[in-house]
Amino acid sequence: MAFKIDVQNLNLFYGEKQALFNVSLGLPASQTTALIGPSGCGKSSFLRCLNRMNDVVPNLHLEGKVLLDGKDIYDPSVDVVDLRSHVGMVFQKPNPFPRSIYENVAYGPRIHRLFKDKSALDQIVEKSLTRAGLWDEVKDRLQQAATRLSGGQQQRLCIARAIAVNPKVILMDEPCSALDPIATAKIEELIDELREKFTLVIVTHNLQQAARISQKTAFFHSGYLVEAGETGELFTTPKDERTQGYITGRYG
Amino acid sequence: MIQHIVKAYDEELKKLHDLIRYMGELTLSQINKAIQSIVDRDAELAREVISEDQKINLLEIRVDELATRILALRQPVASDLRTVIASLKISNQVERIADYAANIAKFSLNLQKLPSFEEVEGLPILIEIPKQMIESALIAFEKADLNLAIKVWHMDSEVDKLYKAYLQNLFAAMIADPKNVNPCTQLLFAAKNIERIGDQSQNIAEAVYTMITGKPFQESDLAKNGSKI
Ligand SMILES: Nc1ncnc2c1ncn2[C@@H]1O[C@H](COP(=O)(O)OP(=O)(O)OP(=O)(O)O)[C@@H](O)[C@H]1O
Ligand SMILES: [Mg+2]
Repeated sequence: MAFKIDVQNLNLFYGEKQALFNVSLGLPASQTTALIGPSGCGKSSFLRCLNRMNDVVPNLHLEGKVLLDGKDIYDPSVDVVDLRSHVGMVFQKPNPFPRSIYENVAYGPRIHRLFKDKSALDQIVEKSLTRAGLWDEVKDRLQQAATRLSGGQQQRLCIARAIAVNPKVILMDEPCSALDPIATAKIEELIDELREKFTLVIVTHNLQQAARISQKTAFFHSGYLVEAGETGELFTTPKDERTQGYITGRYG
Repeated sequence: MIQHIVKAYDEELKKLHDLIRYMGELTLSQINKAIQSIVDRDAELAREVISEDQKINLLEIRVDELATRILALRQPVASDLRTVIASLKISNQVERIADYAANIAKFSLNLQKLPSFEEVEGLPILIEIPKQMIESALIAFEKADLNLAIKVWHMDSEVDKLYKAYLQNLFAAMIADPKNVNPCTQLLFAAKNIERIGDQSQNIAEAVYTMITGKPFQESDLAKNGSKI
């Protein structure tokens, strides 16, 4: 299978401390891959390697390859701003800019100059908000401050912002942990629709959520990738004792 | 198996095992009594078997309820999920076996209205292997013992052989004397029920196989697995 992102032998160090050990994992195109594992196992560290969000961390050292469509994103010739337009990110807490709803979505297309004129930009904003399942709720108040939306609406706005630049991959780090079950269900439904067009990677502590929305699941433990495979299989017949212990809620 | 972080979860899974073990014990006792009632021509014992069957039906309902509760509240996955699913199947199969025991008790009552007949002595022999199958299949479930489950599965062909041999005897007896037709018919039914007990026990072994391996049971996989272990 061709992977959208192919991580090969990734080792990650924060100064002296190694956070990831020789991780190799392929992320299939048009699928959602869930990253699960106990707190501190390296899920967020791994995710941040996929769009070089780690670049700003002092003393960070990385070995191995992260190939996006076959090209190493750590190659010196790669433009990081350009890379982030291909690999977008949604965070745990919705973090809209303190601007209008419209400006939040228009921001990415503006810096990446993805439109010809104002009406083209309007179209991108409408399409992104529609895809994020938010258009009907906000179309009459696009100039209102984004911070006045509810948490679930803010998170969908952040997803609209991520997809406005038409990325290839969207990374999400616990995107529902601050949301109630209804808002969570909406995001999950959205994730399922988005994967037709994008490759998705989601970190979640909610194992049922991982089981519901992903096609592939990867289990991390103490910086190691213990097991990765088809989600249905991993949740019914995990191969590794540690995976079994973690997903069934046993002492490891 | 390592314990769950949530103790109550372990207790619920244990309770599920306890209920099924109890169902198994009761069912074996029902089978023993049903066969005994034929050999001893004991109508009271046969009627006891028929009325006790309700207890096993109720136990099956309790297994259903507990399993449903665990599914809803604990959302089990992996081996836990497979255990709960297996419990549902196995309790259903044990309940069926108990029905066969009750059927045998009914044929016992019919037989007792007829003159005594020596071919009844074949039934205690015929029931031996099916009884072992039930017992071993339930141990295989409790201990998650794949080897034992496979062994049980193979025992059924032995039951079929003995069943066919017994039928030959009954046919011979009917041909020898038309007076034997009545009791032989009752014994044919009883033997058929015993043979079905073997089949159901084999089904339990298959459910245990799936629980342990995570794969649907297929006879063709058995050769591979059997030689591997
Ligand atoms: N900027 C950093 N500097 C130093 N160490 C870090 C840094 N970020 C993470 N770590 C360490 O790397 C390890 C992995 O952390 P990471 O945040 O990737 O875990 P996680 O799996 O996302 O955990 P959680 O589920 O709690 O979010 C931890 O031991 C953490 O302390
Ligand atoms: Mg994290």
